Amino acid sequence: MSILITGDTTCIIQGITGREAVSMTRECLDYGTKIVGGVTPGRRGRDVHGVPVYDTVEQVVQKTRVDASVISVPPAFARDAAFEAIEAGVKLLVIVTENIPRFEVAQMVELAELRGARIIGPNCLGVLSPGEAKIGGLGGRAVDARKAFTKGRVGVMSRSGGMTTEICNTLSAAGLGQSTAVSIGGDAIIGSSYAELMPLFEADPETEAIAIYSEPGGRMEADLARWVTDHKSRLPVVAFMAGRFMDAMPGMRFGHAGTIVEGKADTTAEKIERMNAAGIAVAERIEDIPALVKQKLGR
Amino acid sequence: MRFYEYESKQLLARHGVALPKGSKLAKSAAEARQIAAAIAGPTVLKSQVLSGGRMKAGGVLFADSPDEAATAAEKILRLEINGHKPRGVLVESRQPVVQEYYLAVTWDGIAKRPVMILSDMGGIDVEEVAEKHPEHIAKRHFSTLLPFTEYRAKQLVAQLASGSDVSAIIRFVASLARIFMQYGLTLAEINPLAKLSDGSFVALDAHVDMEAEVRSQHAGLLRELEIGDDETRMARPPTKFELDGAAINAADHRGVAGNVTEFAGSLGLIIGAGGGSLTLFDAVRNHGGDPANYCEIGGNPSVGKVANLTKLILAKPGVKKIAVMMNVVSNTRVDMVARGVIKGVVESGFEPADKIAIFRIPGSWEQEGFKLLGKYGVEFCDRSVSMYEAAGRAVAKAKRS
Repeated sequence: MSILITGDTTCIIQGITGREAVSMTRECLDYGTKIVGGVTPGRRGRDVHGVPVYDTVEQVVQKTRVDASVISVPPAFARDAAFEAIEAGVKLLVIVTENIPRFEVAQMVELAELRGARIIGPNCLGVLSPGEAKIGGLGGRAVDARKAFTKGRVGVMSRSGGMTTEICNTLSAAGLGQSTAVSIGGDAIIGSSYAELMPLFEADPETEAIAIYSEPGGRMEADLARWVTDHKSRLPVVAFMAGRFMDAMPGMRFGHAGTIVEGKADTTAEKIERMNAAGIAVAERIEDIPALVKQKLGR
Repeated sequence: MRFYEYESKQLLARHGVALPKGSKLAKSAAEARQIAAAIAGPTVLKSQVLSGGRMKAGGVLFADSPDEAATAAEKILRLEINGHKPRGVLVESRQPVVQEYYLAVTWDGIAKRPVMILSDMGGIDVEEVAEKHPEHIAKRHFSTLLPFTEYRAKQLVAQLASGSDVSAIIRFVASLARIFMQYGLTLAEINPLAKLSDGSFVALDAHVDMEAEVRSQHAGLLRELEIGDDETRMARPPTKFELDGAAINAADHRGVAGNVTEFAGSLGLIIGAGGGSLTLFDAVRNHGGDPANYCEIGGNPSVGKVANLTKLILAKPGVKKIAVMMNVVSNTRVDMVARGVIKGVVESGFEPADKIAIFRIPGSWEQEGFKLLGKYGVEFCDRSVSMYEAAGRAVAKAKRS
């Protein structure tokens, strides 16, 4: 099994006629994802790689079931697109757009909570369940995605889109496939944090272990450590911590919008300490992750 | 983007937040004398720098007459604090304080809501208060969808204040929350919020942070506060190298290449993407490498953009070699980066095989990219070589050169 998406998940792409979205549509279709429509105002009646384009999300949901939407629109239109999808009853939103003002992200997240919808992102590459489907640009072209991602039992979550692929590729090379890989997004406020996705992996019988990529900034790692402890999670977690050099450079923003050391809790040293205390193994190098996973699984 | 204290106070004052009498920025000793004369009483003079530790460094002085104020201003204007030159000196009336509060509105990334924080132990480090005296801290989240109404502030204030102070502080909290929302701030802080001997409240110090993402939405405000477009207001001012990098990135909308941070070493880095750069920079340092810069490329930058970034880094004094490394890429095309880097090296008058210590970018269009690199004799590797190992090879080569 997998979490969030399977081969049966039906998906639309908001902003489908944009340059990036057109190639994303091709990639997803080639990977086997059911893309049932796209939305760009004023482009109803056209198609992108055979996917029909509509003016509104409402027009699509009137015709067919829509489980998920990928939002790939400029930052100024992202909140509106998210509100539109949520109010049309879509329950899973993957927001790839970068540089959305934090206040607007919080508004999208708050509305999603009210309506029982889930947001992945923003500033993420998407979700990929190997052999089932991928929504978003994660893994790139289907041929490349099949190289890096293989079906298996490790759940992957990452604040970096690119490092999601790097970690899955490393796991695959060591014979460890993935149940689902989630690029959770690099902003300070995101729709689904590690701790918020853990219950899904916990409930998935196929998932046996978790690998995460983490960075300085914010308290998401501490929150994960608390979740793992409080819920006596059955899943061993292995983490990789990047940006250790940033501990000595407070107030400088590197990498993603959420990656900045503003207080003690933001530093990698503090995060590693908290995760270790919760029994989460922290790898020094990416290539150490597979051995740590295997060790945790007793193999 | 951090505002200076005087800018923060100007913003707060526009929305009815009370400041100490006469609060005004002086750029010279003469101006400070004039402001102090208008206040006609004891004054405090504060260095306007973005660095902390102002008080300890001698950047805050008191004066009892306009002449004393002028002398103090002259001292402060000459004083550099942690490498920051003061923008000016803020002159304000100094009145007896009977109680200090801490008040802030900021983001809670876990609750995903704005949070109001109040403490009746103001003036000192709030993280320390939270750790040692949690009973002196009150916190309340509020909605980003509902309009802000006063009862939320009342719930916060009632935990720590009583009597007529309650309604006085509520007004500050409500103003601060509304300013926070209206301007897309990431922090709005008044510390201390002071109760004066006459029972009135004023914002003695204020600190506002605005995220870069909303700068264009508030261009009018920034213009009025005279905050220039090129002021990044990071922990240190940008260097020329960094500004040149930003210009390369801005010149072409395709992808990202040019988001550089300057370091002093000899190994130039063309690395990406966001998380990959952090990982690779750590790896280079772990191997004892001496990076000349940090950067992030990604989102499939054009050949020209990568070439210009390459030229910028190669032109940096002391740079001997460059390493071109990324995580397995999905959207960025390996062949485009390879072409860009080779073009940049050649146009700088160097041999790609000599200048490029290693090229480790596996992923989309890698076959085409590797073919090109092979033609120029550049050492490259595919995904079977880890990021850490590639960084090690680059460092070893740079050390030999």
